[in-house]
Amino acid sequence: MRPDVTPLILFIASIFTSNILLSNFLGMCSFISVSKDFKSSNGLGLAVTLTLTVTTALNWLVYKYLIIPLGLEYLTYIVFIIVIAAVVQVLEMLIERFSSNLYMALGIFLPLITVNCAIFGVALFMQLRNYDFIQSVFFGAGSGLGWWLAIVTLAAIRKKVDAAPVPPALKGPGITLITIGFMAMAFIGFSGMISVQ
Amino acid sequence: MDILTFITAPLIISLLSGSLALIIVVVDSLVNNYPDFTIDINNGRKKLTTKGGSSLLVTLSSQGIFIPSACGGKASCGACKVKIESDVGAILPTELPYLSEEEKKDNIRLACQIKLKKDIKLLIPQDLLYVRQFDATVESITELTYDIKQIRLKLLSPDSIDFKAGQYVQLIVPPYGQIPEKTQRAYSMSSTPSDNHHVELLVRFVPGGLLTTYVHKFMRVNEKVVFTGPFGDFFLRDTKADMICVAGGSGMAPIKSIVYDMYEKKIFDRSIWYFFGAKSTRDLFYLDELKELGQLMPSFHFIPALSNPDHSDNWNGETGLITNILDKYLKSVISNSSQKEAYLCGSPGMIDATVKVLNANGLVSEKIYYDKFA
Repeated sequence: MRPDVTPLILFIASIFTSNILLSNFLGMCSFISVSKDFKSSNGLGLAVTLTLTVTTALNWLVYKYLIIPLGLEYLTYIVFIIVIAAVVQVLEMLIERFSSNLYMALGIFLPLITVNCAIFGVALFMQLRNYDFIQSVFFGAGSGLGWWLAIVTLAAIRKKVDAAPVPPALKGPGITLITIGFMAMAFIGFSGMISVQ
Repeated sequence: MDILTFITAPLIISLLSGSLALIIVVVDSLVNNYPDFTIDINNGRKKLTTKGGSSLLVTLSSQGIFIPSACGGKASCGACKVKIESDVGAILPTELPYLSEEEKKDNIRLACQIKLKKDIKLLIPQDLLYVRQFDATVESITELTYDIKQIRLKLLSPDSIDFKAGQYVQLIVPPYGQIPEKTQRAYSMSSTPSDNHHVELLVRFVPGGLLTTYVHKFMRVNEKVVFTGPFGDFFLRDTKADMICVAGGSGMAPIKSIVYDMYEKKIFDRSIWYFFGAKSTRDLFYLDELKELGQLMPSFHFIPALSNPDHSDNWNGETGLITNILDKYLKSVISNSSQKEAYLCGSPGMIDATVKVLNANGLVSEKIYYDKFA
């Protein structure tokens, strides 16, 4: 049964109230390692948003018109991963050809997105929650923007923290994880406002 | 669950992966279909028009211009540096570890990481334009000492090489044993430029060394090998200065080439002092030949020295570290008044120690030329 959420609300919800990073803690590894640098964070956020939008839409089509008719639900995970890998490859080629500047900005992060669990997580949520096509696209794009928002926010905070008198034992990953905890609390505070499933 | 399920799953996955791979290939051929671009080398000295889409390193080598590269384009050796004079975008993260601050400012880039996507202008050492790839056969393999072999290659195509005595080539050996890829390493030519249908190299066995293991354990007479060259700026400078040459082991190769080349060209007005360092007599080679050359060419003085001779060696030549012997000769034997140049070939440690001794005896670093090999 398709949940009764209008696409626009779903879009807003996946950015703020059900942020994929801060409420589901998906895509943490690149979130923590890349947020050291603001510019890279921005590039990676853009790449994740692009990939998420395209892969969620494609995976929805594959799920609806290939997996369900053939009764292959047990292959869902593998199929989703293959689709994501292929999309990233094609996306990389297209971006390299048509926008050198964007390609330079994304740099090494684009191929790494293949293994970003937020992308895979969104595909699975979309399937679990029975979103229709339009909802899935908005959910994918919203989740991407949410991830982007979270990483640039963290990058900005870390820049501030760098100049702050942090106890030596907490320097680096320690204070970063605490920061992420606070951020998550702030985001989760709104989570009851909109139901996404 | 019937048996069909076990067949359909791999089948569907293969079909899906196959069709996605096909899409990638199709997109690749459509998207990476670049038009022709112009490569301007050394301010118009050479102009190439060629299809874009591949790395500069690969494109240039397909056009017969060989930039030295040890890793073959994987951004892991940092050898293929070129100076780019047009805009090719910012420095890539893969290039950063190999570029100094100064090189970044000069827009020095790794040729293997730059994709040809527009017209490009670049500067490379002029000599690289004459570098070619040679097919050759192994004519002979001679054991000079227990760990140094001389291989003599006969050139097939092109059938002759034009080089300056002291320069080196990159020998490329095929995959062998557990080594899945081609390996290439630099070796100085020990033969003279006049013998232009052949190339001789001295290869010292290094335990675990990829290329030296091949040459010492796998290479057979008459097999085909490939090399590129000539490279390098280690060659005789056209002056009247006296020459101090220091090289041990297989480092003799370029010095031997230079000295024999001078003999052939009848350059007898420059004193040559060649200090050859070794541990014991079993490390010495070409002793008789070089002594004989000393008699034919009075300006050539050959000073072999052993750092650790055995009692059974019956050695009556110089004994001690080559740097100490050099110091002694510079202070007491070699004339102080003449202009001097030094030519060194050997390991980084030996070169650094020798440069110190030379500096201490009044030779400025600008007059010291060397080939460092690890």
